[in-house]
Amino acid sequence: MTTQEPRVISRTSRIESEYKWGFVTDIETDRIPKGLSEDVVRLISSKKEEPEWMLEWRLKAYRHWLKQEDKEPKWAKVSFPPIDYQDAYYYAAPKPKGDPLKSLDEVDPELVEAFNKLGIPIEEQKRMTGVAVDAVFDSVSVATTFQKQLEELGVIFCPISEAIRNHPDIVKKYIGSVVPYSDNFYATLNSAVFSDGTFCYVPPGVRCPMELMTYFRINAEETGQFERTLIVADKGSYVSYLEGCTAPMRKTNQLHAAVVELIALDDAEIKYSTLQNWYPGDKEGKGGVYNFVTKRGKCLGRNSKISWTQVETGSAITWKYPSCILQGDNSVGEFYSVALVNNHQQADTGTKMIHIGKNTRSTIIAKGISAGKGQGTYRGLVRIQPTAKGARNFTRCDSLLIGSECGAHTVPYIEVKEPTAHLEHEATTSKISDDQLFYLMSRGIPEEDAQYMIINGFCKGVFQELPFEFAMEASQLLRVSLEGTVG
Amino acid sequence: MPPLLEIRDLHVSVVGSEILKGVNLTVNAGEVHAIMGPNGSGKSTLTNVVSGRPGYEVTSGEVLYEGANILGMFPDERARAGVFLALQYPVELPGIRNREFLRTAVDALRQSRGEEKIPIREFNKLLEAKAKELGFDSDMLKRNVNEGFSGGEKKRNEVLQLAVLDPKLALMDETDSGLDIDALKVVSEGVNRFRGPEKAVVLVTHYQRILNYITPDFVHVLIGGRIVRSGTRDLALELESKGYDWLREVSEVASPAGG
Repeated sequence: MTTQEPRVISRTSRIESEYKWGFVTDIETDRIPKGLSEDVVRLISSKKEEPEWMLEWRLKAYRHWLKQEDKEPKWAKVSFPPIDYQDAYYYAAPKPKGDPLKSLDEVDPELVEAFNKLGIPIEEQKRMTGVAVDAVFDSVSVATTFQKQLEELGVIFCPISEAIRNHPDIVKKYIGSVVPYSDNFYATLNSAVFSDGTFCYVPPGVRCPMELMTYFRINAEETGQFERTLIVADKGSYVSYLEGCTAPMRKTNQLHAAVVELIALDDAEIKYSTLQNWYPGDKEGKGGVYNFVTKRGKCLGRNSKISWTQVETGSAITWKYPSCILQGDNSVGEFYSVALVNNHQQADTGTKMIHIGKNTRSTIIAKGISAGKGQGTYRGLVRIQPTAKGARNFTRCDSLLIGSECGAHTVPYIEVKEPTAHLEHEATTSKISDDQLFYLMSRGIPEEDAQYMIINGFCKGVFQELPFEFAMEASQLLRVSLEGTVG
Repeated sequence: MPPLLEIRDLHVSVVGSEILKGVNLTVNAGEVHAIMGPNGSGKSTLTNVVSGRPGYEVTSGEVLYEGANILGMFPDERARAGVFLALQYPVELPGIRNREFLRTAVDALRQSRGEEKIPIREFNKLLEAKAKELGFDSDMLKRNVNEGFSGGEKKRNEVLQLAVLDPKLALMDETDSGLDIDALKVVSEGVNRFRGPEKAVVLVTHYQRILNYITPDFVHVLIGGRIVRSGTRDLALELESKGYDWLREVSEVASPAGG
């Protein structure tokens, strides 16, 4: 008797999924001893040769954080053992060999090699066309490409530590203006100890001719990474910014608490794309990065636009809500997200769209993929203030479940205080349908490929918002992250 | 040379109830067979089982393709061996563009033959040519597979896939249902263009209407899970004037046990 099983079982042999970015670079590190104190904050500030006002701001944040102790946000659907904040390093930097760098060719070859391995060449002759890169290694920026070409247009693209020294008036005006130091536990911690990150300023009327990218790499063990990014798009300007992140495979958890602030003035547009691929931990859920990040943009000017696109495949825990404050009339906020959890990963991610100005519009497209024992939550807030006449929002949340031990949760909050607002909310939860799978297979496509086509199709609406090379990488990342679960 | 398709005493159950009760059918290369029968007689089950669709239990019998039993093969393996099923209800694939879908399928077939992937320009040429033959709006190639397609467009898309993938055995499951006369002509032309000395077509249909455009070599009537009569084109015409009832009686006489 021959039986055609009701469910097709894959017979292709698969390689266990490997986190191929998990290597460690052996490099001498300059570290401030473990623990957090006012002295540590002062030491970080002095290592960065910061002006007094910056130190004062850090100290205010630190003192506020002391009052916050044990007040980590508890509302997210994630669980982890308590973090001992005294048992971590707050500053780690590759030791410079000799004098400060005069050109990118003088970057330590070990670091060049590390970034080459990650596919981010920083040497002058090998750098990527059309993408300017700021390479951040542990607590410092080690190289920024295309700086001269950008300078000619008046675009400032440099490590934030450099901007604090060289462009204090812009930094002072905007830092903390979107995410105040008192915003939340992790943002407060970041404000006290942030070490580096990227600063970008696009002058009025300039359309930045290339993508700006920051690549974040955690290397040192037991080290938190607290980068801070500030992007200001002046009137009528446009910039597209990308960030990528990876970390070595470590048995202990690493804390990554970043803050990103975006400011768009009249008629300006900022497009911010993230491929988050921090080490997710092993199959048993050991190790991995705690990605507790505060990202927020303010559409300060009329007709301004801020668009967040994120593909979150890494981290043991993701706690992240890239948001838009739509203050200027007719301003537009967008959030496109693919969040994938596999094995024991947990992600609680979404967005907040705060409508303040008239005729403000926002779009939220969130795609969650849960596999293994992963738990994925979409958490979002759409708030229409009484001033936001004619505001509109469209929200779509789709969840795809792979296997039977994972979870997908959707927690949308809607607060409307203005009767002319127009809101739409759609949500679906699905599994890969047998009919779709059969259809693809009946055309000769192997089952595993067919599944990835369906998953990719599910993410299409988000991927198409990414710059082309990033979109290709995102779909490969998805495949690597799901290896061993699909089929 | 063995027949392209040979079905021997095939018994198939779905969720415990027997749908096919001993079907025998031999299809040689170069032939077109029409399978007709009333609703629920097992026509779709037959084509689905040959293509390897999950959810059917073959309790006994054999399906030989080019002389080898294919019942243990997965649907993608059967497709790569040259079996094609035009679905009665083509599935929508959100986020997958028609063009990308077809190119992935063409590459899967080529790779199984040890050939290189098709160069993009060559593929585009092939696709444009086939689409044009079928009066296919090139806009539909850019759209997601079957998403928002009308019933007729979906069926036409199946015939486009048939043309591009160029299998040996085409199983057409009620490709004519729900088509207006113009679409019916286009679909029929597509099938006729596919015909050839090395190809075979099994055409499942409710009505003899499509047989005005595609002339079958043989017509079989499937009732109650058995082929109760086989003949030529004339049998289809006879069915049109007399209906199926007179054959139902024949079927019951032929199976006193009642199935």
